[in-house]
Amino acid sequence: MGPRPDGKLVSLREAISRFVPDGATVVMGTCLESLIPFAAGHEIIRQGRRDLTLVGPISDVLFDQLIGAGCVARVVAAWVGNVSAGLGHAYRRATEQGVPRPVEVQDTSNFAVALALMAGALGVPYLPTRSLLGSDVPRQLEAFRLFEDPWTGEPLLLVRAIQPDVAILAVQRSDPEGNAHLWGNLGVTEEAALASRHVVLLAEEVVDPSVIRSDPNRVLLPGFKVSAVVHCPGGCHPSPVPGYYRRDHAFYEEYHRATRTEEGFREWLRTWVLELPDRQAYLQRLGARWDALRQLQPAPAAPVDYAW
Amino acid sequence: MVRDVADWSVGELMVVAASREIRDGEVVFVGMRLPLLAYCVAKRLHAPRSVGIFENGIVRDVPTPQLLYTMSDTPNIVGAVWCTRMANVMGLLQRGDVDVGFIGGAQVDRFGNVNSSYIGDPHHPQVKLPGSGGAADIASLAKRLVVILPHGRHRLVQRVDFRTSPGYGDGPGWRQRVGLPRGGPSAIITDRAVFRFDPQTCEAVLHHWHPRQSLQEVVENTGWPVRVADGASPTPEPSAEELRVLREYDPEGVWTGNRNRADR
Repeated sequence: MGPRPDGKLVSLREAISRFVPDGATVVMGTCLESLIPFAAGHEIIRQGRRDLTLVGPISDVLFDQLIGAGCVARVVAAWVGNVSAGLGHAYRRATEQGVPRPVEVQDTSNFAVALALMAGALGVPYLPTRSLLGSDVPRQLEAFRLFEDPWTGEPLLLVRAIQPDVAILAVQRSDPEGNAHLWGNLGVTEEAALASRHVVLLAEEVVDPSVIRSDPNRVLLPGFKVSAVVHCPGGCHPSPVPGYYRRDHAFYEEYHRATRTEEGFREWLRTWVLELPDRQAYLQRLGARWDALRQLQPAPAAPVDYAW
Repeated sequence: MVRDVADWSVGELMVVAASREIRDGEVVFVGMRLPLLAYCVAKRLHAPRSVGIFENGIVRDVPTPQLLYTMSDTPNIVGAVWCTRMANVMGLLQRGDVDVGFIGGAQVDRFGNVNSSYIGDPHHPQVKLPGSGGAADIASLAKRLVVILPHGRHRLVQRVDFRTSPGYGDGPGWRQRVGLPRGGPSAIITDRAVFRFDPQTCEAVLHHWHPRQSLQEVVENTGWPVRVADGASPTPEPSAEELRVLREYDPEGVWTGNRNRADR
């Protein structure tokens, strides 16, 4: 099925160019270590976006790459680094030395990110929590305020809503209108999708609407909230997509070693992002390694019957 | 190849010590790295009815079929009892449904406050660490907290540079004063020792030092004046059965080897 001129099914290049302008607030990496839309991050780098605010819970190395490439002014994330291999070298260079540019960090926690996005999704200005009381994390008043429960007088922390300009989310399959199926751990994906002004989906497969409608309980959010659908197989490598490919643990170790120096980071970026026109070329560069990651143990769910 | 039982690594000892913190039937908030393994060992041996919760939204009560590098690896989904949103599992934690949680960190002080955010002045940090992740939430809300980190004078410090994850603050009564609903640290497990907390003073007290070193070495490598518990003893070594189960998951020592992981 080819893209219609007025349809949502577009190339990754077009989706990023239309929905991720300079200065945008972008939420990504919402499932945590799986379904990270690396292909979208790489396209953002190729298009030379600047002054982005990145929002996420933990972010694994996608945020590290965007920060190292100079695309980012501000990070609102509970954790930035390399989950299986260590610290994020580009993140450290930016926050400690301002290289390649200074990045402002708003400290937060995973639960606080979830609550901020949930408040955004519910259309309320904040949500209360008992988490982080006494922690130094909520010291930035633009995001957190101490408060008293009006009924009991007990201390509470208010977490301010976040409504990102765009959520870039990976899913297993979507129809051309953005009605999509996502399965596995959901992290903050539903909240991020519902809170954002635009949603860009990266789908491993684009399927007929009847496939999606056969199982509406598995739908991430209704298509009318989605601005663009990109058919992008392999778009999450080196992170895993349940049912499609496993995590490439070695790739994270290699990235960790290669990006220890600024020069090493530049070289890595040239090899895996700047020299490549698109995701197809990236997967070709991975070669046999990519085939190996797709050798899976089948684990189909029992069929669900919506008989009526 | 089956290695000799006496041939355990310090990492293996730490995982086994962490697994022993999980009691049968408990609901466990499993953190990153070593606790991923500790939960599997506990589940297979002494805590078969325990339930594991992961902040990405996974709840499982059977061990994973394979070693996990991260909680979102695909083997953690297969056989799970629930795959849901983070808000739902954090809600269980906030309501008080979680018995014990595990976190790591770069620094801990004698009241069990943990820093995983900044080394040095937070406004001009010497080192920007990755941040809380879910650690501050687990430390705030679980009924018990186990902190796992490498030992050293710059890690077990008099006062943390930044209190990412609240322990007992500045001592008795602090958690209640700031409004935390429950909990607090119950143990610190390092590559040299196990500390537990005095319920009266809220201070970390040394209960076990790991074999192959002296108690004196532990004291010298700790950044606060160490209180040693009456009846403190060497850490019980991993049993053959504990090592067998652990090595089924991590035969290569990905999480338990003696590789230098100081920059983590």
